Amino acid sequence: MRIRQAHASALRIASLSAASMCAAIAWAQDAAPAAVDGAVAAEAAKAWFDTGRLGLLLAVAVASACIIAGIVIARLGGSVRIRRIAALEAIDEAVGRATEMGRPVLFVPGIQDMNDIQTVAGITVLGRVAKTAAEYDAQLEVPTARSLVMTAARETVQSAHYAAGRPETYSEGRINYITDEQFGYVAYLSGKMVRDKPAACFYMGAFYAESLVLAENGNAIGAIQVAGTAEPSQLPFFVAACDYTLLGEEFFAASAYLSGERDQLGSIRGQDIGKLLVAASIVVGCAMATYASIALAFGGS
Amino acid sequence: MFKRGIPIAILSLTGTLLVAAHFSPMTQSWGEVVLNWFSVVAAITAILGAGNLLLVNLEKISSRRPGWAYSAITIAAFAAMLVFGFLKIGAVPNPQNPTVYFAGDYETRESAYGWMYEYVMSPLTATMFALLAFYVASAAFRAFRAKNIEANILLVTAFIILLARTYAAELLTGWVPKDSAFFFVRLDAMSTGVIEHVATAGMRAITIGIALGALATSLRFMLGIDKSYLPRS
Repeated sequence: MRIRQAHASALRIASLSAASMCAAIAWAQDAAPAAVDGAVAAEAAKAWFDTGRLGLLLAVAVASACIIAGIVIARLGGSVRIRRIAALEAIDEAVGRATEMGRPVLFVPGIQDMNDIQTVAGITVLGRVAKTAAEYDAQLEVPTARSLVMTAARETVQSAHYAAGRPETYSEGRINYITDEQFGYVAYLSGKMVRDKPAACFYMGAFYAESLVLAENGNAIGAIQVAGTAEPSQLPFFVAACDYTLLGEEFFAASAYLSGERDQLGSIRGQDIGKLLVAASIVVGCAMATYASIALAFGGS
Repeated sequence: MFKRGIPIAILSLTGTLLVAAHFSPMTQSWGEVVLNWFSVVAAITAILGAGNLLLVNLEKISSRRPGWAYSAITIAAFAAMLVFGFLKIGAVPNPQNPTVYFAGDYETRESAYGWMYEYVMSPLTATMFALLAFYVASAAFRAFRAKNIEANILLVTAFIILLARTYAAELLTGWVPKDSAFFFVRLDAMSTGVIEHVATAGMRAITIGIALGALATSLRFMLGIDKSYLPRS
């Protein structure tokens, strides 16, 4: 019975995702106006689908199929074991330390707005940090660089307090909008760190030049620091100055990892299958390129 | 149901439209419309943000909490820029409509708004950015401590890159001919090799992982599997 339900839901997921991710292909095929002839039809078909992006579309479709396959396998009872991610395991330790020291916990959700997926990923981690802080009765501060992020963070922290069974301890005054200006925001955060000396600092979201300023200030005040970003250029700074860092894809996997739900963990497994395919295609590509150059060198043409 | 179902429906719809707009020129305008929805929501919440800023700082001033003077400066600067911007004080007249005061450009240095930005905001921002050099130095000092094998490799690599960026590279290994078999011992060649092959390979691996992670996250949101960003019902 459960397998049949899993089958049904898996099929539903597959059909939904096929509808969402391959809409462009369907439109490209269906939209070709059959009644119109010759060049007009070709022009219309061209307008419906950008053939220059066919390769990208195929790559997206294959990667999406892998992820959905991972979800389906998880629903059918397949293994969804995920390796331990130290940075996420450290959340409880960091918040616990802040509680013992009687100092606040600082959470920085990056400097981008809610239309950046890194900010959304950061907000999902905030949910877990806020729940732990509510359970331990620690003071959580969330200064934001965007008004919309402030609103989303307030909703998330409030939900976390409800989930922890302590709605009375929620205070929206601790989640504030500071400024959109990058270095104005950094100046505020640096000052706050030096004055309030938070015992734990979380940096989760999109960061640019400010990453090292924040991480070094946190290091100087002796805070335990956990960072997560998908900005490749900022990762070395966080690795150098923070205690734990979520590197790129780990940051996106955080939400699934923390939820512990089979569907979500299955998507990470699917993501890994996609990564294997990419690695295999790189190896095959390298081998083919090497063979071609050797053949050219020795064969002449 | 409505508190979670409607946001997921909106998210799936907008996600699908944006994916379609990327691949189909015909639907590009639909994607632009969806992005405009975001701008509208962001503009409304900007009022919330400004209100929150005022509230927090006014409360700090009225209760004379430590650092209240900084809040007073923040409120004064906020009000001044608001007045300068809205009233376009000192705005340069628009050549096409010189008689219409509000048609003037307020972002040039001649206007009060532009002057404040150019001579107050920009230097302050540059000052904060310049501090980065010292933070880089202190982070490098800690990261390059040769305490284990990995740190030793990092230290040696950093040393090669650092030397290759200076005249020392020319002085130390510049005498090795570029067409010799020992070209690889030149510091500039080693530096190029590290950046183009080792660092690029590592960075590409991270970037591919990020792309797949972003796709998986988007799919989880669009399919309503991950609802952690939504308020609990």
